[in-house]
Amino acid sequence: MDMERDHYEDVAFFTSRLGVFWFVILASGLLLFPFIASNYLKTYYIYVANCIAVNVIAAIGLNLLVGCTGQISLGHAGFFAAGAYATAALTGKLGAPFLPALLIAASLSALLGFLLGLPALRLEGPYLSIATLGFGLTITQIIGKIQYLGARQGLHAPDLVIGPFNLNSDAEKYYLFAAMAFAACLFARNLMKTRVGRAFIAIRDSDVAASTMGVNLMIYKTLAFAVSAFFAGLAGGLYAFVLGYIQPDTFNLLMSIMFLAMIVVGGLGSISGAVAGAVLLTWLDLTLRNVLDVPVLGDWLKSLSQSYFSITGVSNIQYIVFGSIMVLIMLFEPLGLHGIWLRTRQYWKARSDRGRRG
Amino acid sequence: MLNGVAAGSGYALMGIAMVIIYKTSEVVNFAQGEMALASVFFTYLILQNYGIPFVYAMPLAALFAVFVGCVLEFAVLRRARRQTTLGMIIVTIGLEMILMGLVSWKFGADHKVMPFPITEFDSIWLGGFYVTTLEAVTFSVVWAVMLGLFVFYRYTRLGLIMKATQQNRSAAKLMGVRTNRVLMFTWGLSSLVGCIAGLLLAPRSMEPFMMWDPMLKGFAGAVVGGMTSIPGAVFGAYFIGVVENLFGRYASMEFKSAVAFALIVIVLCVKPSGIFSRHYVKKV
Repeated sequence: MDMERDHYEDVAFFTSRLGVFWFVILASGLLLFPFIASNYLKTYYIYVANCIAVNVIAAIGLNLLVGCTGQISLGHAGFFAAGAYATAALTGKLGAPFLPALLIAASLSALLGFLLGLPALRLEGPYLSIATLGFGLTITQIIGKIQYLGARQGLHAPDLVIGPFNLNSDAEKYYLFAAMAFAACLFARNLMKTRVGRAFIAIRDSDVAASTMGVNLMIYKTLAFAVSAFFAGLAGGLYAFVLGYIQPDTFNLLMSIMFLAMIVVGGLGSISGAVAGAVLLTWLDLTLRNVLDVPVLGDWLKSLSQSYFSITGVSNIQYIVFGSIMVLIMLFEPLGLHGIWLRTRQYWKARSDRGRRG
Repeated sequence: MLNGVAAGSGYALMGIAMVIIYKTSEVVNFAQGEMALASVFFTYLILQNYGIPFVYAMPLAALFAVFVGCVLEFAVLRRARRQTTLGMIIVTIGLEMILMGLVSWKFGADHKVMPFPITEFDSIWLGGFYVTTLEAVTFSVVWAVMLGLFVFYRYTRLGLIMKATQQNRSAAKLMGVRTNRVLMFTWGLSSLVGCIAGLLLAPRSMEPFMMWDPMLKGFAGAVVGGMTSIPGAVFGAYFIGVVENLFGRYASMEFKSAVAFALIVIVLCVKPSGIFSRHYVKKV
């Protein structure tokens, strides 16, 4: 790590020419993706990309809470559901324009996060995990009982209209979602380099020490919950439009676990890690749902299932895969994909240094 | 009220199982329900497919449960001991998903009927009201297990060793206690208790998701009781069972299980470490 002389060097977006180069490559890749996907691949991949964008936002939000502030949440599907339902109801039933509705929904979700953050001030470890878990389960049950929100039948999201634009196809939505995801990354990155972000990290490392140093635990812990819930609400609002149709059972405990798995696989406390984890696990999730369609592997699994297992339960392979990934990552690489990346970089750096010297 | 006690008995066994592990190793075991699930489906397999009589199937199931617990501890938890609380939660959730995936891959998602000698429709007359036999059995098993564990922890050498390991692992190790083996045994024991819970719940409904609800409620009960005390877990589980059934009866059936969790949050706000445990102030 080089010496930094002032704050602006720390928050600077590009630290080197090489950074600019890779950013341009990445940005043009993202911009051209719908064309590539619709011309050379299946358009289905654009839908996959939209799901990924949504999960990236949610994972970054959860990472601010779990990875940076050190609080456990097993109830993020609850915030996600609140955002999704609020957005869909505001635009569909009340006819509000999309962007304000999305912001109101995310703020509502943040308010819920603040409320959940209050009991969380006194709880930690298993106690906090059961409290958040209970919240996540309760909120979907409550939504499932409200007739206005469609109860068990679910709710249809209206067409996505922003000002004069009517975003009908997945490709048009893609640009909105990708931009949102990018903005979320940027916001989280900059947040972590402010006073607030440093307070979060201090709380994670030791809350007693942080409060002796003058970090107000009450403000910053609830703030972490609120910000994290805001992200989840935002992601939920977008997700309603990815699916076009939402119902309470979508937002189950498994979804909260998936969010947690994403940031753990990516690497706790790192934003690029959260993005990588979200991309990897979302893609795996969507692929493994139809695991029998995968070439070669699918046929092999089919014959294996028929002789030893049951063919109706074959989609449950995704649980086995996710579970194994979580366990293996925790056992062998607790920093996740981010840790692997750091080590690879270190290896090449050390190699080139040696080469220069020798 | 009676239904609440009946439901609470199932939760209580799961709660006890989680407390046994948490006490000794400070791991919140989210895989508890699925360990029990694996044992239940193993019992189903040997009863149904291999036609082993019921009397022999039960000890086999118990052996299998202990085996599952020990293997998981040996293969996974032992390697992950230097983790944070969050890390351990992730590991056990991962294990839970693996086990659930395996069981539902093997048996499919449809309902099964457990060939069990007691169905939930038999009932006995118990001085003033009818109780289903299953409920009566479950209730007495909970108390037998609790009593057994009390005697075990209080009067046997192994129980003493387990308490020593829990209090101070390195000191116990210096005294010649093989702590690794103790932890492995703890997992086996806990898995056995979970298996009993699973077998008693199986006649009601048997499908791969059957242990989710009892496990969460049992965990919630254990948390209310303080996570480190077995009587506390039993009390907490009955508390949850009774409250949610009373609420379901007199207020609203629909929010039955929501109220349980709302209540836990309130209880935890007042007593952050549960009712039956002292709140430790953290040392810096």
